[in-house]
Parts: sequence; C-alpha cells; structure tokens
Amino acid sequence: MSHHLLEFRDVRFRYPDGTEALKGVSFLITHGESVGIVGANGAGKSTLLLHMNGHLLPTSGGVTVGDVPLRKETRPEIRRKVGVVFQNPDDQLFMPTVFDDVAFGPLNLGLPPDRVRERVHAALRQVGALTLADKPPHHLSGGEKSAVAIATVIAMQPDILVMDEPASSLDPKARRAVIGLLNSFAHSKIVASHDLDLILDVCARCLVIRDGAIVADGPAAEILSDATLLAENNLELPLTLQGRPAGEGTRR
Amino acid sequence: MSFEAAYSGIGRLDRLSYRDTVVHRLDPRAKVVATLLFVVVVVSFPKYEVLSLFPFFLFPVLMAALGDIPAGFIAKKVVVVSPFAVFVGIFNPLFDPSTVAIAPGVSVSAGWVSFASILVKFALTISAALLLIATTSFPGICRGLRRLGLPALFVSQLLFLYRYLFVLMEEAMRVVRARDMRSFGKRGAGVRVFVRIVGTLFLRTVERAERIYGAMLARGFRGDVPSMRREALRPSDAFFVLAAGCFFALCRFVPVPQMIGRLVRELAG
Repeated sequence: MSHHLLEFRDVRFRYPDGTEALKGVSFLITHGESVGIVGANGAGKSTLLLHMNGHLLPTSGGVTVGDVPLRKETRPEIRRKVGVVFQNPDDQLFMPTVFDDVAFGPLNLGLPPDRVRERVHAALRQVGALTLADKPPHHLSGGEKSAVAIATVIAMQPDILVMDEPASSLDPKARRAVIGLLNSFAHSKIVASHDLDLILDVCARCLVIRDGAIVADGPAAEILSDATLLAENNLELPLTLQGRPAGEGTRR
Repeated sequence: MSFEAAYSGIGRLDRLSYRDTVVHRLDPRAKVVATLLFVVVVVSFPKYEVLSLFPFFLFPVLMAALGDIPAGFIAKKVVVVSPFAVFVGIFNPLFDPSTVAIAPGVSVSAGWVSFASILVKFALTISAALLLIATTSFPGICRGLRRLGLPALFVSQLLFLYRYLFVLMEEAMRVVRARDMRSFGKRGAGVRVFVRIVGTLFLRTVERAERIYGAMLARGFRGDVPSMRREALRPSDAFFVLAAGCFFALCRFVPVPQMIGRLVRELAG
C-alpha cells in the first residue's frame, strides 16, 4: 500500500523573515503507523505539519506522499490524501451549519449529493455528533467543536490523518472521547501535541523535534519514558509514568 | 449599552431564528421577497403621509405573533437605532413651517407631519427587517439570496461575516475584559488604549483569516462555497408572498384608515 507512505527527505524551510524553522528533517512513515510528534514550543512542530499537506513548500529537500512528490501543482492531490485537523476548531469550522461544514470537503471533491450526504452522516456518526448536524458551529461546546472538526476531515476519507493538538482545551471526558476516536481510525495517524499521555495512548512511534531537527525517533513507550531526553526538550514524563504516590501530588 | 450586552442581544436574535413556527418554516426566499416588497411599498408613500401608513403595522405584528417573537425585544432594538431616523427628520419642522390642519381646529407645521412620517416609516421598515432576521436563520437568508440570483462572492462574504462575527466579538470581549481588569478608574480606558485594542484585533483577524483560508484549501476549496440544499417552494410560500403582496397593494392604493373612519361615522350617524 505505497499510497499511505509519507516521506520527508532532508526538508529545510526558511520563513520569509529569515528564521530557519526546519533544518534538514528526514523520516518515513509507513501504512497504518501512528506517530506522535513532540517538542518544545517553537521547535518547529507546526511548520512540519504545514508541510504535510503543502500549505508550506520546502525551501529545499522533498516531501512525498504515496508516490506523489509535493510540488505546487500536486497540492490538490496531496490534500486529498492527507487530512489535517488544525489546532483551533474555530479556524476549521467556517460554514454556517455543522452539516454544511462536513459536506464542504466532499462537495469540493466533486461527489454527487447522495454520496456527500452518506459521507457526512457516516463521519458525524463516527465522531458521535450526528445530532449536531443542523446546529451552527458557534452554538457548540469546545468538545463538540473538536469532534466536528475531526469529522470534517474524515468525511474526505484521507489516507493519512494529521492532527495538531487534538485535545488541547478539552475537559478530561471530551479528551478521553477524542483519544478513543483516534484509536478507532485505521488510517496512518500523525499527532503533534504537548499532551504526552495522549501520545502514549494513541501512538506507537514518537519523533522528538528540537530547533527544526529530529533528535529522537523510536517507539513511543521508550522515548516518553526517557526523563533526560524529555527534560532537554522542555518536556516531562507523561503523568501516568510519573508514579506519584497518593497524597504527595499537591506538594510538587 | 455595554459591549457584553450588545453581544448577548445579537446572540438572542440569532437564537430566535432557530425556533420552529409557521413563520420560521416559510422558505427564506418568500420572506426575503415579502420583506423587500414591504420596504419598497412603505418607502414609496409621499412625505406628508402618516395615517395611511398605520395599516402596515399589521405585517410586523402578525410576523412577530405567528413567529413567537417577543414584541418588546424587537421594539427595544428599534428604539436603539432610532436616533438615526430622528436626526434625519429633526430639522423638518424648522425648514417646513407652512401649517396644515390635522384635525378639526388643530393645525401644526407641515414639517412635524413629515417628521412623523419619517419616524413611522422607519419603525415599520426596521421592525420588518429585524423580524426577517429573527424568523429566518442567517444562513437561510443567504441561501435565499443566492437562489434569487445574488453573486456567489457576496453570499460567501455574508456567510463568513455571520460565522466569524461571534468569534470576533468573543475575542473582543476577552480583550476588553483583560483591559478592564488592569485599568483602574479612567486610566487605561482612554482612546489611545482603545485604538491599540482595535489594532490588535485587526492583526489577529488577519492571522485568523489566513488560518481559515488554509483550512479551506486543505479541504479542496476552489473559489465557490458549495451548497447542496435544494428546497422547492411550497404552495404555502407562494400563498404567503401573494397574500402579503395583495395586502400591501390594498394599503398602498386604497386609503384604508379614511374608509374605516367614514364607515364609523356613517354607522354612528
């Protein structure tokens, strides 16, 4: 299944103001893998994600999705293969009702109305938001917005799902629901987050990025239990691995 | 009126539009056309006409009653914007001092009459417009306008305006709150700070617009916002437009209040 591959080859990116955000990033993500991307604020996570669907194009080096190299002309094709869920659902949900928003992508793919309706219902059912279909996005709670934002992307049936902080600013129950949702996808998944417990729950593999370069790449369980490595990257052990004895939690 | 009160007012108007009544169920196109007709007919009256305008109040009153919209809420909104109309007409009594008799033995300057006419027309048209918004969801109005032939570009602009009005207002509210929390008394509440807040909001809006556009491209946007709703006009919609049109025509060309007056006099005499 070569079309589910995502490869970065020595990708460098310089913003117009001269900041070099990526300094030679290389990795290969194969079919069905779930990969977490962690790193300090400003390490280059968002820039990296924006390359995955061609929102930014590398200054040098190459990105390949399946057998399609990322270029200006191939962007529409890449965007069909890679679905990106942005961090802030308010940026993602721009249509007047939830139904219209989820239908936006499939309609742009040129699907006939019946198929669009099917896909919208399937996507909303999968995220448990079918009852919200006729609501306007600004009447939704944060958790509902996140669920719908994910639905807008899975309705396009991408091969690879990319998410930027999928559970930030959610209450624990809504966060748990998102984790369950992510685990139910058979897609290749790429999740950037500071929520290391979420990465541990969802991802088998983990990349650590620092100053625009990858400094660690391996099994998530291994990397996320390496306290020294994490500390070097402004991170700390996931809470579930901190083994805090009961009663001491409040003093640290 | 404070910023938060203004915000909740708009939010309330929006929530009203999601009710389910006879009026809400009408096709948006029917309501848009009827409201436009109403506005045109009301405005077409000559400037000294006051009495003949009163039958037109039946339209907003019926819309509000059938649409289960609290009349007090709409009336309050009309009063809030009324200064515009007042300023338009306030000098009429000075510039137009010729006198007219309005009742046996009572005469006022013609300017007062035209001023009253402006106020009545204003109250009629604004309440009708507000009721259109309160009984039709904004996306519905946009769809209606699109199907009535308004260019796609305008309609998508309107849709985005509606979608992000709430986001922008909430953002502004947070910034204003943050300012109020750290400004004591007059300090910090001045124009200079206000200007900077507006600047900040503008920059944030630009950044947000860029992110939204990114999200749209990521989902295959190519210039037109697609819609798949294809509601057909029902007989009730046609009936509504027809009935409204006949009523407006009747009130426009037949002096209804005068006829009622004559009838009453004949019955009494």
